[in-house]
Amino acid sequence: MFQFLLRLSISVLFISWVVGSLVFLLIHLVPGDPVAVMLGDWASPADEEVLRQQLGLNLPLWEQYWVYMSNLVQGDLGQSLFYQQPVSELISQRFPFTLQLTLMALFIAILIAFPMGIFASIRAGEWPDHVAMTVSLIGVSIPNFWLGPMLILLFSIGLGWLPVSGAEASGSWILPSLTLGTALAAILARMLRASLLEIYHEDYIKTARAKGLSATAVYGKHALRNAMLPVVTILGLQLGTLLGGAVITEVVFDWPGLGQLLVDSIQRRDYPVVQACILVISMSYITINGLTEMVYAWLDPRIRLAK
Amino acid sequence: MFNNLKYIPYLIIILWFLMALFAPLLDDGVNVVDLDRMLSPPSFSAIFGTDELGRPVFERLLLGAQTSFYVAVSVVIFSFMIGTTIGIFSAYTGGLVDSVITKVIDVFLAFPGLLLAIALAAILGPGIENVVFALVTVGWVGYARLARAQTLSIKHREHIQAARSLGTSTFWILFKHILPLILATLGVEATFGIAGAVISEAGLSFLGLGVQAPDASWGNMIREGTRYLLVAPHLVLFPGVALMLVVLAVNLVGDQWRDYLDVKSKNRN
Repeated sequence: MFQFLLRLSISVLFISWVVGSLVFLLIHLVPGDPVAVMLGDWASPADEEVLRQQLGLNLPLWEQYWVYMSNLVQGDLGQSLFYQQPVSELISQRFPFTLQLTLMALFIAILIAFPMGIFASIRAGEWPDHVAMTVSLIGVSIPNFWLGPMLILLFSIGLGWLPVSGAEASGSWILPSLTLGTALAAILARMLRASLLEIYHEDYIKTARAKGLSATAVYGKHALRNAMLPVVTILGLQLGTLLGGAVITEVVFDWPGLGQLLVDSIQRRDYPVVQACILVISMSYITINGLTEMVYAWLDPRIRLAK
Repeated sequence: MFNNLKYIPYLIIILWFLMALFAPLLDDGVNVVDLDRMLSPPSFSAIFGTDELGRPVFERLLLGAQTSFYVAVSVVIFSFMIGTTIGIFSAYTGGLVDSVITKVIDVFLAFPGLLLAIALAAILGPGIENVVFALVTVGWVGYARLARAQTLSIKHREHIQAARSLGTSTFWILFKHILPLILATLGVEATFGIAGAVISEAGLSFLGLGVQAPDASWGNMIREGTRYLLVAPHLVLFPGVALMLVVLAVNLVGDQWRDYLDVKSKNRN
């Protein structure tokens, strides 16, 4: 187990370093002069020079890289051009909102997917299965920037049950989480159904049945636990999609999280904030993937013991 | 009854293709601003109503179909070619080259896909070519990983060893002896890739990072429409339904092809 953890941490550190470097290079990919792009056409050369100094873009590339990396390690993400305050402050204000949205979406997805997937697998080939799978296929195919406005139209404007947007009013998290969670729920349900179906044909399920165990014990314990392996993997991988989808969902619902900050900052050409947002979201994703692999190893001894 | 239902997705895809095909035949009248007809609901003169500038939604939907078709097809073709070439080559060569390419693939997978596309689109600026570029940069990885895994599983087969011992060039082996064997699996991946590209293009355009006005995309139509959600819900409704139907149809076709290829599931049902 120790060796496994060591290997995992080395790989996570390596990937983080590469991602950090790529995010650093992002600003140098801007066609033309990034400073001119940020300040617009009417900026004076003196202003441009001040900004260039402030961002350290006048230094040679390797020196910029060194400064960027050493600042990064100390948690210094630079200064926002628009807000005129440290980027790390902005991120720490916005991050909890994105975290809340993602966790609630995950919760909703699990709440929908598990009953649906289990039910569909038990009734495989019958009409409840067809209904569940059709619903989940529609769930995968609905883009969240369309589902969001439709939910607003129905629940906020039509029925007046929930707030339209923002995060202040009570219950304002419900529609964004539902929007974000639907696609994940659909994928999870399909995955769970497929892996349960595969497991029902295993010998140990036959044995459990032959022993006269109740249906709950066979399906709930023997089958479900073994079906968790692929589901956990998909869950980990899909969290990346969830984080990407969170950007769009936050824009739809005016949710004050990182995604909203990212899109606003792109429009304001506030590149330090753009870089930081991409870095933080990617890092969260890498961390989640690392944790997924740990859970996976914990669930399945074959993985942590493999050399 | 279920046998006939099977063809509905193909019908939708053909319709999508026809919409894209005939969109260039529309005259310039589509983009003419006519404020007298602003936000009017569906009627005989404009079958899907008009938008906030009085432009007919139905005709803009055709232009949007053209955009999404163009983006989806280019993204899938380029990602497929780049990813498959890299994947097959990496697995067949093995050794250091393979380790380096695998690490590169890992790094690309370490970014949430849409986020990387957003970052690239943000840096490169809006525009349909930049959308294609951003989505290809994200998209090739899936094909590379799949092609690599598939090649690894067949590269020690006898017919390939026979070809090698006859002195066949590597290029010929990769494209004549390996590629045809893995093409079916990659084809299924490409089908899902089309659905992904359609949604991603619309998503980027929705965020204002993709196709820009006055060019139409289903994504930026929804973006514009959300501002008038109360007075003119048809602005959001029609492009959304079009988008959903296309993605649903493509996913259904992908599912069908995958089941057809999957011997395991065929025996079961």
